[in-house]
Amino acid sequence: MTEAQVFTVLPALSLARRELVRFYRQRARIIGSLGTPIVLWALLGSGLQAAFPSAPGGTNPVSYLKYFFPGNLVLTILFTSIFTNISVIEDRNEGFLQGVLVAPVTRLGLVFGKVWGGAIIALIQGILFLSLAPLAGFSLGFGSLIQIILAILVTSLCLTTIGFIFAWKLDSIQGFHSVMNLFLMPMWLLSGAFFPASRAPLILKIVIYCNPLTYGFTAIQSCLQSQNLSSSVLTYSSAIAIESLFAVVTTLIAIQVVSSRKKG
Amino acid sequence: MGSHSVTSPIIIIKDLVYTYPAQKSPALNQLSLSVNDGAIFGILGPNGGGKSTTFKILSTLLNPDSGSVEIDGVDVLKSPGKVRSSLGIVFQSPALDKKLTAQENLIHQGHLYGMKGPALEQKTEFLLKRLGLWEKRDEKTENLSGGQKRRLEITKSLIHSPKILILDEPTTGLDPLARREVWNYLQFLREKERMTVLVTTHLLEEAEDCDEIALIDKGRVICQGKPSQLRHSLGGDIVSVRTPKAKELAEKISAQFGLNPMTLGHDIRVLPKDMVSLVNFLLTNSSDMFDSFSVGKPTLEDLFIEKTGHRFWEEKSVNGEGGKE
Repeated sequence: MTEAQVFTVLPALSLARRELVRFYRQRARIIGSLGTPIVLWALLGSGLQAAFPSAPGGTNPVSYLKYFFPGNLVLTILFTSIFTNISVIEDRNEGFLQGVLVAPVTRLGLVFGKVWGGAIIALIQGILFLSLAPLAGFSLGFGSLIQIILAILVTSLCLTTIGFIFAWKLDSIQGFHSVMNLFLMPMWLLSGAFFPASRAPLILKIVIYCNPLTYGFTAIQSCLQSQNLSSSVLTYSSAIAIESLFAVVTTLIAIQVVSSRKKG
Repeated sequence: MGSHSVTSPIIIIKDLVYTYPAQKSPALNQLSLSVNDGAIFGILGPNGGGKSTTFKILSTLLNPDSGSVEIDGVDVLKSPGKVRSSLGIVFQSPALDKKLTAQENLIHQGHLYGMKGPALEQKTEFLLKRLGLWEKRDEKTENLSGGQKRRLEITKSLIHSPKILILDEPTTGLDPLARREVWNYLQFLREKERMTVLVTTHLLEEAEDCDEIALIDKGRVICQGKPSQLRHSLGGDIVSVRTPKAKELAEKISAQFGLNPMTLGHDIRVLPKDMVSLVNFLLTNSSDMFDSFSVGKPTLEDLFIEKTGHRFWEEKSVNGEGGKE
């Protein structure tokens, strides 16, 4: 390995592994980030089904549980990706981060380590939620399972990086919570998970197409064989491509943010 | 102390200036000092004197407004990345991951410094055994005692066998026994590993354990040297008088002996040329003006007061007597 690799790859792997170990040792986090979407999905799905027996989907009706499943899968990924970054603030406040900053780790290694660690946690949570798919009436083949896992991973990477950038700039967990909550719900509601972009007014349409979550959702939804619900013009591969582009751009921003040496 | 030579400087700091954003007075004001290879060097100063700012710059966390820092021949401000591998850094606030075990913390630290595999495992075992923490290796760090955490903290900074160890107030919050342990360990590292150790402290008694110290105040070095040399630099013995009439008595002594006594609240400190006549004068001519007085060898605090005009623990300057340079 070259020197750059030694101080990038190795620390990144170690930092990512540390995220996973810490996550596993803090069980409340697992329950919190998985529980909310499951409860929401079950309540919305079964509640709306009882209230409005005429199911969504027009000529090709599906149950509300099925209708909301992709959206709540995305919500799981969104919650987990964003809030794993609390560890950035904890690391800073507990003093751990300064030890990393004075080590010969490249800034790329630092960003990769933290972001990939968080994204893998989101991926695991996403897969756990996905395991409920048969309950919603989905049957997934091996091919679409692989596709959907890739979509979850790319979406997680993109969202974790966005959370990382905010967390790096903020010094209180409460502040991070407030700021992220401001973004989370609009991001989720305007991703196509709740209502399709095609039927939205122009201004919302613009927001929906600028929202990185839209592409993650589109990719995931197209794998879940519910194209009948989707009115998106994007295919799976183009959605993945755009989501990956978002991930690359946000990573570059994150490296920039981390590299600016602190004054004071 | 040791037989090895301690002559060539390994850390050279020149004219550091730094002002924190939104603050008027500079935290560092032309601070310069040099640390010899293989020495335990103490930066001694009151809180707010500039110790931690100097430490942040040395540890590559902060860029000064101006000045230069050279560590082991490398310009820290130009190539912080190069310096990082040769520095072991112990922060004042803990930098351990509480959710990881003692051993996991060390392994992780090794990875950050590009170490891996059996070499890293052996080094971890060696260090944990040497510090008596091997039995606690699988204990989560949050369950260790204060002293154990501190030892682990230092151990962590040694994983990559740095040439230079820098520590920011390493004994803060420790009981005297744990404090002694830390110092014994630093001395051991200097002796056995020929490591250069730079430590900041606000404890006068800790400064005595250093080979050399720099006394700093208001962001600049007041003096640098061996603790004993610095103490002797004041010359002779010092008389401290406890009195409710400090100003009057000081004026009286000044008029009688042509000395320049320093008043600090209810205390007067004098370095007399002729001890006997001063004591005589106090006992016969001024016995109604003081509560008590003592004669002793000058301490580092006396030196500090002499140079700055204020006490180590007080921020406000004393009446009339400005600091000398």
